[in-house]
Amino acid sequence: MVDTLGAAWLIARKDLAIEFKTRSAFLSAVVFALIALVIFYFSWDPTAVSATDLAPGVLWVIFTFSGLLGLHRSFGVEAADRAIDGLLTSPVSRESIFLGKALANLIFVGSIQIVAIPALVIFYNLPLGAAALPLIGIAVLAAIGLVAVGTLFSAMAVNTRLAELLLPMLALPFFVPIVIAASQSTAKLLSGRPVAEAAAWLKLLLAFDIIFLTVCTLAYPFTVED
Amino acid sequence: MKFSWLSATAAVAVGLTVVRVVAFTPIEAVQGPAQKIYYIHVPAAWVAFLAFFLVAIASAVYLWLRDIRLDRFAESSAEVGVVFTTVVLTTGPLWGKPIWGTYWTWDARLTSTLFLWFIYVGYIVLRGAVDDPSLRARYSAVLGILGAFLIPFIHMSVYMFRTLHPMPILGQPAALARDTNPALPSEMRNTMLLALLSFTLLYAAFLSARYKLATARGIAEAEVRDA
Repeated sequence: MVDTLGAAWLIARKDLAIEFKTRSAFLSAVVFALIALVIFYFSWDPTAVSATDLAPGVLWVIFTFSGLLGLHRSFGVEAADRAIDGLLTSPVSRESIFLGKALANLIFVGSIQIVAIPALVIFYNLPLGAAALPLIGIAVLAAIGLVAVGTLFSAMAVNTRLAELLLPMLALPFFVPIVIAASQSTAKLLSGRPVAEAAAWLKLLLAFDIIFLTVCTLAYPFTVED
Repeated sequence: MKFSWLSATAAVAVGLTVVRVVAFTPIEAVQGPAQKIYYIHVPAAWVAFLAFFLVAIASAVYLWLRDIRLDRFAESSAEVGVVFTTVVLTTGPLWGKPIWGTYWTWDARLTSTLFLWFIYVGYIVLRGAVDDPSLRARYSAVLGILGAFLIPFIHMSVYMFRTLHPMPILGQPAALARDTNPALPSEMRNTMLLALLSFTLLYAAFLSARYKLATARGIAEAEVRDA
């Protein structure tokens, strides 16, 4: 178990080192998230719908789409020169590879959130207040589910003829429960309701995370064997 | 195409069902003739769920036994399932417009069915995008299994969404009456049982025809590879 997680951490560090040197995917994902925030603001009548009502949906839709940008890169970087073969022949379990990739993606998605959520709060003038801490909790739960499913589909999509075109088609239906649960619980918090009212949604997110992290970790070895 | 007793039996059974639905089944008192679409809608939904359930089972067993026939079975069942889901998603709104007053409503059952359709259309696209038969079989098996895990989550989240934010549904009494599920008159019940049986036969016939095609394609692919 310790070995599995230790090896996963090494792989995550490798991916993050590549990303830190190039910053290509991160910058494009952050800029995409900021532009999308601005576009969404002008897509409705602010006198009819208040920003607080619109913000949760905007935030989590942007979260999934910008997440896709990072997820595609996750196994995309391994496709060049068949780097994935080197990874697979290294003395590391398949589960470690998956968890390492997922961890790197989690940090990637989390870093986008660290920029996007404050930007949303400022641009949409949100009354955050006591909702700040629970909102971080929602962000973490949503990111784990997104990354678990997205990492597995990224590994599959990169080996198909459609490559990056296939990833959204496979992954987005799986993101729907995450977007619904995260948006609804965020809406509760932003309208000043106690966390207890969002508890059912948070449980749903937690159940999604546990089930899909387990299933996807177990399923990954089947996608890479020869 | 060779003659198949299964296909012939299914065609006759579906024909008999249509005759019985149109001519020998009473018209429902509240909904009128619109209710008769129920004899197509419900059996099609049953077949679609059966088909996708079998995809998930065949996928899981494939990853265990690695028998290519299971992969062909899953492929065939998924495609037939998508066809029947399309029937469900077409007949539902046709009934919904006169009875609910709207073609579509974000009810948990409707939304889950729509997402079944999305997942298995994705499944078919995924199969088309992978050339290597073994890789294709493993990828689609993984997706077939994951899809089965997703549906309860979609159903749950949409159900909770609607419970927290009730939306007006026109024709509510009819919808309520359907949900409380009063006992059907025996003529209607027998028509429904016949429809369920004939649609299941139709599923078996489509599945068998599609499975033969999958086998033929597999052989052709192998010949191309070996040549």
